[in-house]
Amino acid sequence: MRRLAYQAAAVGVALLVAWYVVHNTVANLDERRIASGFSFLEREAGFEIGESAFLRYGASDSYLKALAVGLVNTLRVAAIAIVAATLLGAAVGLFRLSKNFLLRTVAAAYVEFIRNSPLLVQLFFWYTLLTEALPPPREALQPLTGFFLTNRGIYFPVPGSVPVLGGFNFSGGMALTPEFATLLIGLSIYTAALIAEIVRAGVLSVRRGQWDAAYAIGLQPRQALRHVVIPQALRVMVPPMASQYLNIVKNSSLAVAIGYPDIVSIANTAINQTGQAIEGVAIIMAVYLTISLSISAFMNWYNARVMRR
Amino acid sequence: MKWLRENLFSGWVNTLVTVGLLFLFVATITALFEWAFLDAVWRPDPNACREAHGACWGFIAEKHRFILFGTYPFDQHWRPALATVTLIGLWVFSLIRLFWRWWLALVWVAGLALIGVLMWGGVPGLPFVENGRWGGLILTLLLTTFGIAFAFPLSVLLALGRRSDMPVIRALCVGYVELIRGVPLISLLFMASVMLPLFLPQGMTVDKLLRAQIALILFAAAYLAEVLRGGLQAIPKTQYEMADALGLSYWQRTLYVVLPQALRIAVPPLVNTFIGFFKDTSLVLIIGLFDLLSTIKVALTDPKWIGFGIEGYVFAALIYFVFCFAMSRYSRRLETHTGGVQVGARAD
Repeated sequence: MRRLAYQAAAVGVALLVAWYVVHNTVANLDERRIASGFSFLEREAGFEIGESAFLRYGASDSYLKALAVGLVNTLRVAAIAIVAATLLGAAVGLFRLSKNFLLRTVAAAYVEFIRNSPLLVQLFFWYTLLTEALPPPREALQPLTGFFLTNRGIYFPVPGSVPVLGGFNFSGGMALTPEFATLLIGLSIYTAALIAEIVRAGVLSVRRGQWDAAYAIGLQPRQALRHVVIPQALRVMVPPMASQYLNIVKNSSLAVAIGYPDIVSIANTAINQTGQAIEGVAIIMAVYLTISLSISAFMNWYNARVMRR
Repeated sequence: MKWLRENLFSGWVNTLVTVGLLFLFVATITALFEWAFLDAVWRPDPNACREAHGACWGFIAEKHRFILFGTYPFDQHWRPALATVTLIGLWVFSLIRLFWRWWLALVWVAGLALIGVLMWGGVPGLPFVENGRWGGLILTLLLTTFGIAFAFPLSVLLALGRRSDMPVIRALCVGYVELIRGVPLISLLFMASVMLPLFLPQGMTVDKLLRAQIALILFAAAYLAEVLRGGLQAIPKTQYEMADALGLSYWQRTLYVVLPQALRIAVPPLVNTFIGFFKDTSLVLIIGLFDLLSTIKVALTDPKWIGFGIEGYVFAALIYFVFCFAMSRYSRRLETHTGGVQVGARAD
């Protein structure tokens, strides 16, 4: 009986709060003559977007299309950053366990410096470096043949096309805008430091005896790592790795601070233009919740698979 | 010699790595040293800075008051300075185990009251300063402190609710925690800055600082709740059974048996969550609050000092680093003290 009363009270309070908020919001929207509903999505957006992968977009397209471009931009930068951060993080994590004193010290210094300052500071730092410290296209740095570093972006060759300087900028090849490059570098380097710690803890969680057993059957250190230690370490690593991948997706929303047109910055522009804050924030949250739930579903499936082995 | 052979030159691969790294290391360190010290300009003189090849610490020298205190009235800067020192003092004091007693709460109340008087003023001798003018380091520290102070009790309730055997309560808590953890902090800050005014009755307004603070509290509570849930799960079932056998009620059992043990286990990961939260407060820049990072960004828009962003952000990173590194060392020491072995990485 008491249990029922508690639960009924909780539901009651939740409903009361919800009713109060909705009631106020409706009154406020009425007062300020703000339209509500999602019909604005069909209207012309009227702003340009700096970069768009796969989708063609112009200012005369709808808000819906603009948001789609933002979503694709979010997924693009997050997907590449997840791969880059995993590779870099795994390397740094293993370096931290290296027998070589210098290597493990450098790796430890990297981890400590990176994870003890905010990602936003690091993004501003990289952005300044990429836009102010790099030379203009005419004096572009060329660390490798065909790779050009300029303050207007990073250019590199792809099969069948090579960047060529013409007029004020390069054409041909593949180009990364400074905003995209900043976000990619910032997210990868930051998350790699956290992933390195997960990898290290994962490898350390495998008992010493497993190494000894691997050596006893004649495996080399590298083989022991590959065939004995890593499969067991993966079990410990999967859940925290999943949350780091989620963090990459969520942290990519810092794009709004450096002007990369991700879903948040485009929704933000839409909010400023239409005044429809509730719908805008709702779209942002719905998108991230969907991505978060999909990643955790995938990781749960993967985790179940790893555990079975 | 033995150490050298084992740690640096144990095989030809290892030797190669050592030599290669040493080479890279020396090259980077000398370049960095030249930039940061030898070729650096320390005088606040933008023209000298533009001619030099090295860092322009003159930018920091000229702007440090603005960076640390924001737009707080210039002749009153000693007030936020004293408040900052008091707040840091309170934190350091609370980290000492010996002082983990009930009266610590009183120390905090007294300390925060002092900070409030210093920052707002309005008493004889201290002119009133509205909180719209607060900024810089003290704002970052205050957002962190109040964020944790209010989020913590909320997170205890959420964590207990999530472990409750009442399905409705559990569903509400799970729903809240997963919803907040599923979306980026920016969306919560946007929500607080543009939607909160719509949620309140007409005529009632909440200032920008408080709105951001509310979003940060709601955000932190969800993450802290997950850490506490981990602590609760680590309590053996026998503890519950024994408390029940003693005839304790739910709240007696929770307050006297379960929570004290769960909190003790959860302290190291809690400190790590605090660090993450401290870093996350920098996001208030995006909704236009004057925290430490924001004042640096504004200082960089001064036409005299355009183009010294690297120095500015390195300075910001160093300040954050000092706080975060000290806290993470502390948390690691606690881990060895409590004897708990923690698998997995920091939750940030």
